[in-house]
Amino acid sequence: MSRYFVDRLSRHIVFIFGVAAFLILVFIAIFILKESLPALREVGIVDMLFGAKWYPSLEAFGILTMLAGSIVTTLLALVIAVPLAVGCAIFLAEVAPLRIRNITRAAVELLVGIPSVVYGLVGMIVLCPVIADLSGTGSGSSVLAAAIVLAIMVLPTITSISEDSIRAVPAQYKEGALALGATHWQVIHHVLLPAARRGIITAVILGTGRAIGETMAMVMVIGNSPIFPTNIFAPARTLTGNIAVEIAAATGMHESALFATGLALFILVLFINSIGLLVYRRA
Amino acid sequence: MDRRMKGGLFLLPLIGLILAALVSGGCSSGPSSTITEGGSTTVQPLAEKWAKAFEAKNPGAEVIVQGGGSSAGIKGCAEGTFDIGAASRELKSSETSQWPDLVVTHVAADGVAIVVHPSNNIADLTLEEMRNIFATGSNATWTVINREEGSGTREVFEKKVMAGTEVSPNAEFLPSNGAVKQKVASTPNAIGYISLGYVDSSVKALSIDGVACNKANCLNGSYPVMRYLSFITKGEPKGLIREFIDFCLSAEGQRIAEEEGYIPIK
Repeated sequence: MSRYFVDRLSRHIVFIFGVAAFLILVFIAIFILKESLPALREVGIVDMLFGAKWYPSLEAFGILTMLAGSIVTTLLALVIAVPLAVGCAIFLAEVAPLRIRNITRAAVELLVGIPSVVYGLVGMIVLCPVIADLSGTGSGSSVLAAAIVLAIMVLPTITSISEDSIRAVPAQYKEGALALGATHWQVIHHVLLPAARRGIITAVILGTGRAIGETMAMVMVIGNSPIFPTNIFAPARTLTGNIAVEIAAATGMHESALFATGLALFILVLFINSIGLLVYRRA
Repeated sequence: MDRRMKGGLFLLPLIGLILAALVSGGCSSGPSSTITEGGSTTVQPLAEKWAKAFEAKNPGAEVIVQGGGSSAGIKGCAEGTFDIGAASRELKSSETSQWPDLVVTHVAADGVAIVVHPSNNIADLTLEEMRNIFATGSNATWTVINREEGSGTREVFEKKVMAGTEVSPNAEFLPSNGAVKQKVASTPNAIGYISLGYVDSSVKALSIDGVACNKANCLNGSYPVMRYLSFITKGEPKGLIREFIDFCLSAEGQRIAEEEGYIPIK
């Protein structure tokens, strides 16, 4: 086989793979749109998006409570996780001695590999009873339980990418600051973190993406009640949980409404990524 | 994109066709000695016992049992995912009109027990009180546990106990009888409903208006929340499916149902 032929063939094949990846995304988007059209037409986008009642057997398909549930749990999870993760990243990049750094890094990377259903199980059996005792009533399935579980799940992602970003800051910045008499913490706070801004933002966006899309652990610890998440000790429902809990049994308009929930998720993730890109560019 | 790359575009639909052929070829039905049953979580433990007994009597046959809820069972049967769909409620009119060829065979009966934590002092409630508790939802006194939308048990509970009043949305929604039982057993002020066949010492079944939830009261009609458990097939059951259902309805099958805490219908 002539090497020119191999050259042309391999470039064609790689081109096809690239186009295929893009096409898969397009097919998924079109399929979701097609399946949600009946519900969107029947119920109306505004009624679906801003409707506060989800009760399929009475033809009520408002996803506002679930939208609020997804956003609130994710935000709360980030509030918990980001300080912890960035702190951990600083520790790994700047403070830890080599042995401890290696062990901690390995532990953090192991956390990424744990399937979400295991997190849900531990959350259900261990975390929920604790929260039930704390709040005095209920079974512990709550927004708080969901936020804590999510925080633990996104922590390793944010930590490892943030650590890489901090390490990627050119040594001259650090050395220059130290030479001018700054303490180690001053260097970290005023030089390294600002310089690693973009990487840390990327890490947080990736973590947010994972948090919004988390399904299994959410279904197990959040109680799946289609109400507004106004009380963190009370149950709520996420967009992902809505689909997972009801899709097996849904037919007709109900099934279409669940696809519309999926469409809402899709758009939400696109929106978050766009905001992330905006923040990244201005950073 | 240069001229040489544009030539590669024709390969894309070709690969797409090959993939489509592979995928559709892979979706053939399994060997005829395997039956899949799925749906109601009420029927699930009973179906598992039946499946084991049937497999012991018919070596080479395999019965796979799954859960998912009654509506999932009916939908799965109609769409061909299951050979037998299990339901703990009757078919809705929307289901009979959408899938007119579904055949329902009653295989056992079951009650729906309203359960609380064993430490709870309450042992009896009127139907009215129960309705009010579930309609008000979770508060300082009660943690209300509900089932997901597709549950046959929920359907029966809503029809017989709630009678048109909605269960509050702030109740917790759990996806199976087992999950509800586990939640009620671990939450001191919880109240939920499960199949009579699931009741054991980890929960306490309440009596309604003084009538206890047991087999005798369900059969004589004094306990109001009772339903038939059905196996649903697409068209009349044939072949191995017919044999399995016949086994479940046989004396031995009904004895197994009784041992498991369900109500035999023969």
